Amino acid sequence: MTWETVIGLEVHTQLSTCSKIFSGASTAYGAEPNTQADAVSIALPGVLPVLNKGAVERAIKFGLATGAHIAPRSVFARKNYFYPDLPKGYQISQFDLPVVGMGQLKIQVEPLSGNAKPYEKLVRITRAHLEEDAGKSVHGAAQGMTGVDLNRAGTPLLEIVSEPDMCSAAEAVAYAKALHTLVRWIGISDGNMQEGSFRCDVNVSVRRKGEPLGTRREIKNLNSFKFMQQAIDFEVQWQIDTIESGGKVQQATVLFNPDTGETRAMRSKEDAHDYRYFPDPDLLPLSITPQMIDEIRSAMPELPEARRMRYMEQYALTSYDASMLTSSREMADYFDSCVSNLGMTKLAANWITGEVSAQLNREGLEIAQCPVSPKQLGGMLARIADNTISNSGAKEVFRTLWSEGGDADAIIEAKGLKQVSDAGAIEALVDEILNANADKVAEYRSGKEKLFGFFVGLAMKASKGKANPAQLNDILQKKLAV
Amino acid sequence: MSLSTDDVQKVARLARLAMNDDEIEAARSQLSGIFQLIEEMQAVDTSGIEPMSHAQDLTQRLREDRVTEPDQRELFQSIAPQVSSGLYLVPQVIE
Repeated sequence: MTWETVIGLEVHTQLSTCSKIFSGASTAYGAEPNTQADAVSIALPGVLPVLNKGAVERAIKFGLATGAHIAPRSVFARKNYFYPDLPKGYQISQFDLPVVGMGQLKIQVEPLSGNAKPYEKLVRITRAHLEEDAGKSVHGAAQGMTGVDLNRAGTPLLEIVSEPDMCSAAEAVAYAKALHTLVRWIGISDGNMQEGSFRCDVNVSVRRKGEPLGTRREIKNLNSFKFMQQAIDFEVQWQIDTIESGGKVQQATVLFNPDTGETRAMRSKEDAHDYRYFPDPDLLPLSITPQMIDEIRSAMPELPEARRMRYMEQYALTSYDASMLTSSREMADYFDSCVSNLGMTKLAANWITGEVSAQLNREGLEIAQCPVSPKQLGGMLARIADNTISNSGAKEVFRTLWSEGGDADAIIEAKGLKQVSDAGAIEALVDEILNANADKVAEYRSGKEKLFGFFVGLAMKASKGKANPAQLNDILQKKLAV
Repeated sequence: MSLSTDDVQKVARLARLAMNDDEIEAARSQLSGIFQLIEEMQAVDTSGIEPMSHAQDLTQRLREDRVTEPDQRELFQSIAPQVSSGLYLVPQVIE
């Protein structure tokens, strides 16, 4: 029996405004508890919400970036439930009239298993709406008590709801990553997952091929892509096992435990979904004019997908390289400022996605913190391109640029890394080696071809590693063939 | 439409209201009266009329994104029943 998986995502992304969505309290992360919880955040009687223009602008930006309809009129609603980190007893959200309507996002899927090839997919985004974040409960703050920190209460959120268009963990992760790249790229969120700026809820169901949709379970609050993949894999297998052994999947909210790699149903809160939404009488309908949209549109940056396509068309980069380079705007900008002439695009792509990224990963740095500036790297790439240094020489230059700074030309000079590309000099060197090893030359010519490496090694050693490898190979091959 | 006792009990639970049987019955009859009123209004032909979401026909004013609120934790917490290390304390909540 073949099973199909159906996945939809709800992503809560904190918007990067400096003040809260309905008040002028700061949203800075990491402050002392409740020092950023003003009268509105703690819901003192008589306070009124006043909507933050910055939050609305960011929602519009997102709508434009996903080709969505921006509602000229949208409405805030109260979502009622009781929890200590929500002192009003309701969350201000949007219900039937959200600010952003149906849009879409193109994703690049890297299948996780086997020899399957990467592919492209379009995921529909049902809607995106503005709402306020809740505070944080601190359990075990005092004996028998729960502590409440309301600094986060009122931080603007954009909740982005997808259609159930994904059918594997790989697709869900690819979508979440593309969304994560996008919100940072257009500057509406810092996307910091450790700090909770980008939180994913994943709805998963399974069905036998051709049957109607199965019952879904919602995995709450995933804050890493790795956990998302593990949680979905476990959940899918659990649902299939449950049904195949004669059971039924009950609709539920589940939590993922990273230590065990398992998902487990939360104790179901009675009437948890009876939120009794109604329009918030404290807030008038939000009106968005075409002028406001045009103003924001004119300031939109080139989007990651457009930049990716441009790299492939204009620079003839592979889809993989183009995706890697557009994984963040900082990375793409780094690449752009590195590439001072078109001839070096492939070389720059290789270095940035290879050596530079590897070194950043090793040291846990972001591209924006890279100690080697694009100008410094570009200077080095130019010396690779004009054959001044070999690849291994370049690695040494790069290590020096990374740890000591400076510029490539000076390092090449100081360390004597200039490679010998003078054909005459290399020929002389090769002749000397072949003469001194006549026995090996005879063996090679009688068919022992793997000796070629032996000659290359000797020649490199004789040149102190400076011989141009491509030229050396050519000359050796020619001389040995005679 | 008239409400059942169960309906009232459910709403009371959602609103965290403790009500005895007499109060439930009184609320049931009052709420049913309101529902009758709604039914009368339902009879009005509203086709072609855009629903309002607010009693005033105005749109929301927007606030510039600026931090204007100072830290008043000490003042606010002076009227809180219990605080500790800057946190408001409430009876323990267990998920």
